[in-house]
Amino acid sequence: MSSLRIFDVAGSGMNAENLRLNLVASNISNANSVSSSIDQVYKSRQPVFAAELKNIMDKNNTASGVNVLGVVENQAPPIMEYNPNHPMADATGYIYKPNVNTVEEMANMMSASRSYQNNVEVLNTAKNLILQTLKMGR
Amino acid sequence: MSINFDNALGIHPQALALREKRGEILASNLANADTPDYKARDLDFKAVFQQTLADRGGELKRSQSGHLASQHHVLGADLLYRNPQHASLDGNTVEAHIEQAKYAENAVQYEASLRFINDDFLGLMTAIKGE
Repeated sequence: MSSLRIFDVAGSGMNAENLRLNLVASNISNANSVSSSIDQVYKSRQPVFAAELKNIMDKNNTASGVNVLGVVENQAPPIMEYNPNHPMADATGYIYKPNVNTVEEMANMMSASRSYQNNVEVLNTAKNLILQTLKMGR
Repeated sequence: MSINFDNALGIHPQALALREKRGEILASNLANADTPDYKARDLDFKAVFQQTLADRGGELKRSQSGHLASQHHVLGADLLYRNPQHASLDGNTVEAHIEQAKYAENAVQYEASLRFINDDFLGLMTAIKGE
């Protein structure tokens, strides 16, 4: 039955949003982790989504799931703070804070959870329809 | 005397197949709501049915599995792109609320088609049993 593809599609969407939610959690929980070197400081991590190319190219295959290409680190410079009394301060008296924008991450979290909910609804509706179809003629 | 399912069930099995395909497309739109550059797609019900009713003359037949599929065609109709109400910066044209509404609409239509087929089957059963 081809409509089982709908489960793959919604499932891949849920998988992608789940990863996004995980990264938001990681970013927010590390938002205050101070480091003494610019290389070791935590950098904000973001997922990269793409539609599955092979499905777009095949015009008879209409539904395309979400492909997670990977996770990229935000290249924005970390926040430098002059705080010579801090135990983690480097030789010049600076500490480095992650380039995590907490407000942005919160908005990201709301968006991810909404999208996840959407996919769950799609899955539920499709499941109900298929179950009804299986009962056809009874 | 034999029962011809095509005559007995009319257009409803095709309608059901179309609803199923459209459900897949709309689910794919919703799943890709956050994918950059994804373009929302949909089927035009009217176009599909006109194509179905007009004995599908324009479609090329594939006699070998190695032949290329005709482009864009789903059940003999073009897969169209949605015109978004608002542009988004990442080139994605999915608007979740609209897709949700369409998906719900499609689900109800699917149920309606299913009900028609079911009723036809029940009619056939009654005829067979002769009660």
